[in-house]
Formats: sequence, C-alpha cells, structure tokens
Amino acid sequence: MRSSRDWNQASLGQKLAAAAGLAFLHLPVWVIVLYAFTTEDRTYQFPPPGLTLHWFAVAFAREDIWAALRMSLAVAAVATSMALVLGTLAAFALAKGRFRGREVITLLFVLPIALPGIITGIALLSAFKLGGIQPGFWTIVTGHATFCIVIVHNNVIARLRRLPQSWIEASMDLGADGLQTFRYVILPQIATALLAGGMLAFALSFDEIIVTLFTAGHEQTLPIWFFNELFRPRERPITNVVAVSVMLITLVPILLAYWLMRPNEPDSK
Amino acid sequence: MPQPASRTFASFLYGRRGFYLSLLLLPPLLWLGTVYLGSLFALLVQSFYAIDEFTARIVPKLTLATYRQLVSHPANVDIILRTLAMAVAVTLTAAVIAFPIANYMARYATPRMKAFFYVGVMLPMWTSYLVKVYAWRLVLAKQGILFWFVDQLGLAPVLDTALATPVIGGPSLASSYLGMFIVFVYMWLPFMILPLTAAFERVPVSLLQASADLGARPRQTFRNVVLPLALPGLAAGSVFTFSLTLGDYIIPSVVGAPGYFIGMMVYQQQGTAGNLPLAAAFSVVPIILIAIYLSLAKRLGAFDAL
Amino acid sequence: MTPAIQLAGVSRLFGAVRALDDVSLSIAPGEFFALLGPSGSGKTTCLRLIAGFDRPTQGKVLLDGEDVTDIPPFDRSVNTVFQDYALFPHMSVAENVAYGPRVRGVAAPERHRRALEVLELVRLRALADRAPSQLSGGQKQRVALARALINEPKVLLLDEPLGALDLRLREEMQLELKAIQQKIGITFVYVTHDQSEALSMADRVAVFCDGRVEQLDSPRDLYMRPRTAFVARFVGSANVIEGELAQRITGEPRPFAIRPEAIEVLAMTEPPPAGALSCEGVLEDIHYHGATSRWHVRTNTGAVLSAVRPESAPVDGAPVHGSRVRLAWSRDSLVPLAER
Repeated sequence: MRSSRDWNQASLGQKLAAAAGLAFLHLPVWVIVLYAFTTEDRTYQFPPPGLTLHWFAVAFAREDIWAALRMSLAVAAVATSMALVLGTLAAFALAKGRFRGREVITLLFVLPIALPGIITGIALLSAFKLGGIQPGFWTIVTGHATFCIVIVHNNVIARLRRLPQSWIEASMDLGADGLQTFRYVILPQIATALLAGGMLAFALSFDEIIVTLFTAGHEQTLPIWFFNELFRPRERPITNVVAVSVMLITLVPILLAYWLMRPNEPDSK
Repeated sequence: MPQPASRTFASFLYGRRGFYLSLLLLPPLLWLGTVYLGSLFALLVQSFYAIDEFTARIVPKLTLATYRQLVSHPANVDIILRTLAMAVAVTLTAAVIAFPIANYMARYATPRMKAFFYVGVMLPMWTSYLVKVYAWRLVLAKQGILFWFVDQLGLAPVLDTALATPVIGGPSLASSYLGMFIVFVYMWLPFMILPLTAAFERVPVSLLQASADLGARPRQTFRNVVLPLALPGLAAGSVFTFSLTLGDYIIPSVVGAPGYFIGMMVYQQQGTAGNLPLAAAFSVVPIILIAIYLSLAKRLGAFDAL
Repeated sequence: MTPAIQLAGVSRLFGAVRALDDVSLSIAPGEFFALLGPSGSGKTTCLRLIAGFDRPTQGKVLLDGEDVTDIPPFDRSVNTVFQDYALFPHMSVAENVAYGPRVRGVAAPERHRRALEVLELVRLRALADRAPSQLSGGQKQRVALARALINEPKVLLLDEPLGALDLRLREEMQLELKAIQQKIGITFVYVTHDQSEALSMADRVAVFCDGRVEQLDSPRDLYMRPRTAFVARFVGSANVIEGELAQRITGEPRPFAIRPEAIEVLAMTEPPPAGALSCEGVLEDIHYHGATSRWHVRTNTGAVLSAVRPESAPVDGAPVHGSRVRLAWSRDSLVPLAER
C-alpha cells in the first residue's frame, strides 16, 4: 500500500517520465555535436561512417564565415552597451517608486519580449520603409538593442528590489550623496546583475535570427549566414561546425550569467 | 570646502522626486517609445495601405483593401486557422509533457536532483535557437537518427503509417506537419516547464500534508489541491507556447510541409512579393490573437505566476 | 538654550492618511529622548523626518536652531542606527565603521585608525576585519552604533535598535547604550514601542498615538500622572475607570486611572481602610509572574480591574479564585484623566 512508503517519494513511473522528458530535451543538441565530426558530407546518415576534424579546418578557412562572425560580434557589442545604460536607468526608476503611469511603463518594458519576434521584425521594417531608412548595421543594432534593454532591465531590477532601502538611507545618513551612495553601496551590489544582464544580452543578440532577418538588408550576421546554408545540400558538415561554434559562443556567457545571478546572497542579517 | 557639483545637484534633487524619476526614465523611454512603439504604429499604418495592382508599389493612402484581401481569400483564412490549430495543439501537448517533469522537480526531487533538473531544462532553453532547429532537421531527416532509432526498435511500420496519415503526414518527418509539431513542442517545452514548476513549488507542503491528514489519497490531493493551485503556472507557460508558435516562421520553413503559416506569409510577403501592407496585415492577426489569449490567461492568474 | 532638535507644527500626510498630525516638540542638547508608541503611531515617521529620509507635508524641522527642512540627510549632522542595522555586506566591520569619514574624504590610514578607536568604545575591536554576516545580532547592533558615532553627530537617532534581540541581551544593551550616551554626552532620540525600555532609559518620553503626541514628560511623571486614558494604559498598564463605574466610585463621571499596585484586594469580610475608595467584584483570574501576581477582578458593572500583589503577601486568608472581593485604594493614588 502506498501509505506504508514515505509518501513524498515519487513512483518509478514518475521518475521515468521526468527522466524521459529531460532526455528528449537534450538529445537533439548532442546530435549536432556528433555530426560536426562526421566524415560523410552529403546526407544525414546515422550512424556516421567515420569521425574527423577535417571540417573544422575547412570552416576556419572560410572568409565569409569570419565576416559574418565579425558582424555578429560588433552588433552584439554595440547593442549590449546601449542596453546596459538604458536598461539600468530604467531599472532604477521602476524599482521602488510608486508613481502614476508606472504600470503602463512596466507593460512597455514587457512588450518586446512578450510579442513574438516576427512582430518586432516586421514593425521595424515598416518603420524603416516609411522613413526611407536603408537597412544596414544600425538597423540591426536598433532591433537588438530594443530587446537587450528589456533583458538588462529585468536583471538589474530584480537585484535592486532585493536591496534593502535602509542601506541606501544609511549611506546617505552617513554623509554620502547620491553619486557616492551609488558608487560605494549600490554598484557593488548590482555589479553581478549588470554583468549577468550584459552577458545574457550579448548572447541573445549574437544568436538573434528572427528579428534580424527583417532588419539586416544585405548584411550578414552569423545566424543569417547559417540560415542561408540550411538549404544547401553540400557543405553540410561546415554548417555543423558553425552550429557547434555558435552554440558554444552563446552558451558560455549564458551559463556564466546564470551562475552569477544565483540567489544565495550574503546579506546584512 | 566648496561642494563638488554632484553634491549640489544631489541636494537639488532632494524632495524633487518626480524630476529625478523623469531624468532616469527619459532616455530609455525615449528609445522604447520612438523605436518600439513607433514601429508598432508604423506596422499598423502599413497594414492600412495597399499595393497598387499595376505598379506593384505601395500606395500611401489609408484603405481597408488589404484587410479585405486578408479575410476574403480562403487561402489566407486557411493559413490563419492552420497556425492557430498548430499553436493550440503544441500548447496542449507541451502542458501534458511538462506536467510529470514539473511535478517531479517541484515535489519529489532532492535539492541536488532539483538543481540538476533545473540546469537540465535551462541548458537546451538557452542553446541557440537556430542550432536547435537545425539539429531537429538532422534528426528527422529521412536517413537520420530518429529513423535509425525507430528502425532499431522495429517500429518502422508505425512511422510509415503515421507519415501516411493525410494532412499531418508527409514524405518524411522533416517535411510534414507531424515533424513540425514535434519540433515546436521541443522548442517551447522549457518555457512551459519552468512556470509550471514554480507554480507547483508555491503550493505549500503544509497544504499537501493537511490534505493527506484529512484522508485524501495522493491522486485526490493532486486533483483537488495541487492542480487548481498550479493553474496560474499552467496559464503562464501556455502564453509562451501559444504566442511563440503563432509567430514563428523559421521552423515551418526549415522543417515543414508545403502549407503556409502566418509567420511564413509575413516573411514572404515583405520579401519576394514586396507586399509589405499584406505582410503587416497578416502580422496584426497574431497580435490580436495573443492579446485575447493574454486577457484569458490573466483571468486565470498567469500574470501573478510569471 | 537652543534645543538640539525642534519640530514646529509638523504634519506628514500620505494621501489621506495623517501619519503625523501637527506635532511640535523640543529636544534639549545631551538629552536621552524617547519616542514611544504602538506601531503606526507616527514615532518612526517622526524620526525619519529628523534624519531627513522624509520631508514634512507641513511644518519645519530645526537642528540646533537651523531650519533643515530642505537639507538632505547627507548634509545634516545627524546619524541613525537602523532597525535592521543596515550594515553593508560587501565591506568588513572596520570598513563599515569608516564609511562616514571615507565619504567625507578622510585618508585611508587615518579613517582606519579612527574606526578602530570607536570599535574599542563598543568593545568590538577584535572583530574589525570580520564580515557583517559573521556577527551575531548584538554585535551587528554595536557595529551600527560605532558606524554612527564615528561621525561625531550632534544627535544620534535610534530606530527600535533592540527589537530583534532576546530579553537578556536587550537588557544588557539598554544599560550599555545609556552608559555610552552619558559618557559621550550627545543627544539620543530613541524610538521604541516597549514602554519599559522607554521608562528605564529616557530622560523624557513623548508618547505617540495616531500621529499626535499625547503626552511629553519625564518617565516618572508619565507613570505617576498620565494625562489621558491611552497613556495610562500604554505606559505602566494602569487601570482606567470611566463612565458608570467612575460615577459610582467618585460620584463624578470623570475618568480616572489607578495603578495596579495601588489597589488592595480584600476579602468581603475585611473592612476597607478609612478614607479609602472601594468597589466590589468577583476574582476571575490570577496570573503568576514570579515576583508578583496579577489579579483580575470583574466589577459589578462588568469592567475588569487588575491589581498587583507581591509574592511576599500573606497566602493564608487570601481570597480564592471565584470569590467575591473588595478592591480598595487611597484617594491620592487616584489620577484624574482628560475627557476623551
């Protein structure tokens, strides 16, 4: 009878179901990694006939890949920088105030993430067409910066809300004005949030495809290069190599960001 | 000692809270307001323009012609319904699959197991979107992994029957609605698992113990106590799966059957067809649908669970 | 002599809520002044106005005769010890204490030296390099005190600093705070909801209720001569007799207070002392408190009066639970109260 067991134990079936779900989530990604090493270059044959590092060398020699990579890095860097400034400003304003219109502004900061990327993409394109703006580097940055601001804002505001108001008051009480308080008390506390938000924004900007396809015009970011390659039957392994590289480039900062934002904080109590 | 300028400014701000807030909010609001809201407005305006049939150029005059074209052509309506059906199917399936995982994570996993599962769910979520789509294309390909796996299990005839099913079947999984459906569920599953887990976790253990104390079996406790309390989390997760499926255009292009989806139409119309107004009109549809869904979800308490 | 702190007609409104309602008070230099009241009475709001974290809706705040209403907290020579201590976790104890001098531009070696000096005063010099998270509640509180005192403020504000400590530690800290205040000689403004704390530590106490100051007096005067029913009950838990019972006892309907230790509980057989006021009732409850016992008697009108009996009182012949008793007290121990 179930009641004789520790009632907070999951049944075998439940455990299997959970494990199966987790496996489902992971296997496809590992497949890509495997395929980057295959010797077969024409089909997706499984199991792969052989393993080689050859394709890595070929990929690294390709200039168009490097150009796309440079473009992606540049866009991500600029968008993240803009987002760090604007997102932090907004987070400070919205963290603890009660003022009229706060709900509306908060909604505004949720929209870029709440509405699917295609809406942002087509909306930006409509705006550019209406304004006669040519798509290029800055239009890509514009699209990326918009959701990067939201990401940085979310990270920073979460940390700011955990900052007790008494610390800020204590600092002012002891003679520090706003700027000094920010430098000595607030900044050390939100530093990890800024770093995490920035890295998250960078990774998501680097990986962005949905909005970028609308705003890029003739420019190519690495995801765009990748997207175009998807429909080319030959040189698949090169695509796989790029896929693995993109995965690593985006995964590392995200993992770091997540590790930085873990909630076990030392506090004054 | 003369005061540094920053201190004088700080003294000025004292008691002028409104001014301070405006100063902080002006740059980001200016950006989001003009860039984001502005472009949304531009989208709306574009949807009220129309393409001149002869010159194939956009006529900057407000008209309902494009919308009329949207709802009157049966093909267009088909597209909308097809996308909606897929979104609903994906949402329901994701909920069903997410349940045991979230339940296990929230209630039964030891702290170490829970951390392991969290990382396990987060990792695929944060892996590059495009890479994941591509991975599935490999997996689902005619001679790919899934086929090999199914073949090894001796279930090849089952797969053939599935692929032979009208509408959802196709020449291979990589070019069928069935395959597309699998990919969608895979993609958005973490977005369903996480809010659901959080919702389950928010059910205090004392409630479960009280229920058991009053004589309820685990299944009854689950149905009467846990499920209703987890509903907001379910609603929150469903918002993601619904809106993300509704707007996606890459997955249908990469892993897909010939039929069009809203996202594909938007992408195609603004690109090769050069009919930006029609693309805009098409994209207004998901906005409206998502707005409706959000208001429904809000009533179920999804916003408190986010 | 110029008061160290003066509040002139100060009101603070939050929307429609009057947190402070036309409060005026003066605090003399070197005084240990307590703001006493239940939660929501406005005492903390009052403190925050003095510190500068909040601005009055009406009225003025003066420090040392100077109007500081428009001056931000970092420019006032007032320092605060917070209820949650507010120690900065990313700085060591010494760095926390040295924060005030640091933001005023004092060089590192000098401010470190001063920090250690002040830590010596609160007997925590040995913990100078620890992180705040490694300290106990009492130790954190002393660091917070040191951090405030190093700036040599004219006034030290303390916002319920001992609330989180257990009884033994609290009593210890009360003595220590009082000793430090007398040694340094600066004005202390102390917020508390614990009336025994206020009575034992303060030179004068302002009793707050619903945003107003009900009474401002020395602890002894507050206890012996409460002016309103609220003060009588809140400070020293005196009995408040009003309405019909008052009419019966004194012949007037005017409310009055009588302290529990002034009441004698007699068996019905014993006659009341000459000239004493008395009333009758049923002994409903006896609460044992160690050195004393508290006896609750329900009078004929339904009101419950409590009397305090020392442990040394004779047990034989004492009235028992449920019996009818007579309560008696002398006429001078009666304290007339203001009408509500």
